[in-house]
Amino acid sequence: MSLRVSDLKVHYRTLRGDVRALDGVSFELGDAEILGLAGESGCGKTTLGKSLIRMDGRMRHVGGTVELDGTELPIGDDRRMNDFRFHEVSLVPQYSMSALNPTRKIGKMVGELLRSRGVTPDTAKLLGRLDAVGLPHEVLDRYPIELSGGMKQRMVMVISTLLDPSLLIADEVTSALDVSTQKAVARALAGFRDNGFVKSMIFITHDISLTYQIADTIMVMYAGRLAEKAPARTIVEAPRHPYTRMLIDSLPEVGVRHADRRLSGIAGSPPSLLDPPAGCRFRDRCPLAFDRCAEEPPAAEIAPDHFVACWKA
Amino acid sequence: MMLRLDNVTKVYKVGAFGGKTLTAVDGVSFDVPEGQVVSLIGESGSGKSTLGKMILGLVPVTAGSITLDGAPVRPGKEYYRHVQGVFQDPFSTFNPVFKADRVFQLIREAYFPAATAADWDERVRAALRDVRLDPDQVIGKYPHQLSGGQLQRVLIARALLLDLKLLVADEITSMLDASTRIDVLNLLAEIKGRGLGVLYITHDLSLGNYLAERTVVLRHGTVVEMGATDRVFGRPLHPYTRQLLSAVPRLHAPWEDAEPVTSCLYHDGGATGGLAEAGEDHFVACARLEGCLEERLGGRSGGRLEGRLKGR
Repeated sequence: MSLRVSDLKVHYRTLRGDVRALDGVSFELGDAEILGLAGESGCGKTTLGKSLIRMDGRMRHVGGTVELDGTELPIGDDRRMNDFRFHEVSLVPQYSMSALNPTRKIGKMVGELLRSRGVTPDTAKLLGRLDAVGLPHEVLDRYPIELSGGMKQRMVMVISTLLDPSLLIADEVTSALDVSTQKAVARALAGFRDNGFVKSMIFITHDISLTYQIADTIMVMYAGRLAEKAPARTIVEAPRHPYTRMLIDSLPEVGVRHADRRLSGIAGSPPSLLDPPAGCRFRDRCPLAFDRCAEEPPAAEIAPDHFVACWKA
Repeated sequence: MMLRLDNVTKVYKVGAFGGKTLTAVDGVSFDVPEGQVVSLIGESGSGKSTLGKMILGLVPVTAGSITLDGAPVRPGKEYYRHVQGVFQDPFSTFNPVFKADRVFQLIREAYFPAATAADWDERVRAALRDVRLDPDQVIGKYPHQLSGGQLQRVLIARALLLDLKLLVADEITSMLDASTRIDVLNLLAEIKGRGLGVLYITHDLSLGNYLAERTVVLRHGTVVEMGATDRVFGRPLHPYTRQLLSAVPRLHAPWEDAEPVTSCLYHDGGATGGLAEAGEDHFVACARLEGCLEERLGGRSGGRLEGRLKGR
């Protein structure tokens, strides 16, 4: 088992009180597994990704543990986490355009970054990685502004994984890209796992159809909690949580036309996490809600590797 | 109502002192008839937003003509009474200092100064109900108190208050969640029933396919394929359209299963033939159509396009 997250709680401090962005999330991630993390804006997926590598000033670790390869990560301790960052856990952020230093040529920037971590740059390895994502070696002599969005995103992916981290967190890496570039970038990312550059990966996106293409397991979150986690095929073909079902039904597939079949969204909006209601957080929007939903449903394993937090599952 | 684009071209001056030029849109012609949604599909840099801006009169046309009911685009109060745009980011469209419903007030001041307060209030409420918003949840709120989907619908309601003939919707759902996105799309499909035309600009093929009667696929500023949506997407002929379709992530169909798409001899290098009619309401910028495709798909000529994609 590569990563084990137990009852993780991370809150945002605001003037009006704590926003419970992550409110008791538990899951495990196996070796060589790609976990797709899906959900609406504000469901806590980015907070989960950030918690595993670097919490920003407003975030507070309230409870729960994160264990990576048998070692507990000191996620609440910014300074002690430095030993793990990039060596053990690494991140590919959403906006690669702002992740690269615009005043340095890329090769020089990579060298500076590595030395700042006390690592001697290994040119042969770097060039090998560029080949792996299909970037020409000349990019090292260019400034970030000379690269296209897809190239920058792949460059950041190469830099993030140069130290062969165990866990890679890819947060919405393709959301600013076109479909064909998106495909190339997503495949390159899956290639990192196949080639053993990273051991396991958390792929965060709001696009379930994209997650389905590269993830082994999909975890759907809702309002700071886990709604459903299952192998990618199961989530898409036999979802059990009403939220997952409605989310998948709201996706316009190529071939579905408004004139033939009317898709519908999910009425209502997620509850405020400032003071979330007790019980199942989806129950106000759920067509199957009944009395028992006032109690919080546990994430029960209804089939091997299929966890659902719903009384009706 | 009919919006007609005839050989529209846009050349931007770029570089220091405008020494270089960049052809963003090159000889594009199509119509947006009343009561129809036409989707304009293309990747970044294909010129789709430039086209939208030209139709809205925000950017001047270099050559060719854009006419609404036969009259050329003349940006101004009268034109905007009939043509309105909604853009990608609802959070930067609104002024955060003012309440969101100020956009309705501005419409009243500019176009309906004679309307009484009670009458106007009723019209605003009716427009909000038309876009499936509860007026009480929206009126008097600041932009940050509303969700992205609500803000986009407020903007559509604002456009509907006018005597609207054409709505240009430029990527209006790309910042919305899957669960609300579909509601905004359904809304666009509904308002076309009022007899207005909608130009839906998007890079998301599945959304365009869901909504539009007709589809125009743009690449590097030129139309590569256009026509009835079920023909363009159901039986795509141009290699570029096919390649785009195969790259769309789908449920139930892993990318591995998609048929490989190879490049086209005629259109990879930039040499484009004119649009040829491939069937009823189906036009393709390909000189040889089927024969060409079969020949290409049979051979091993995929290297060039793949190489280009990797190099980008």
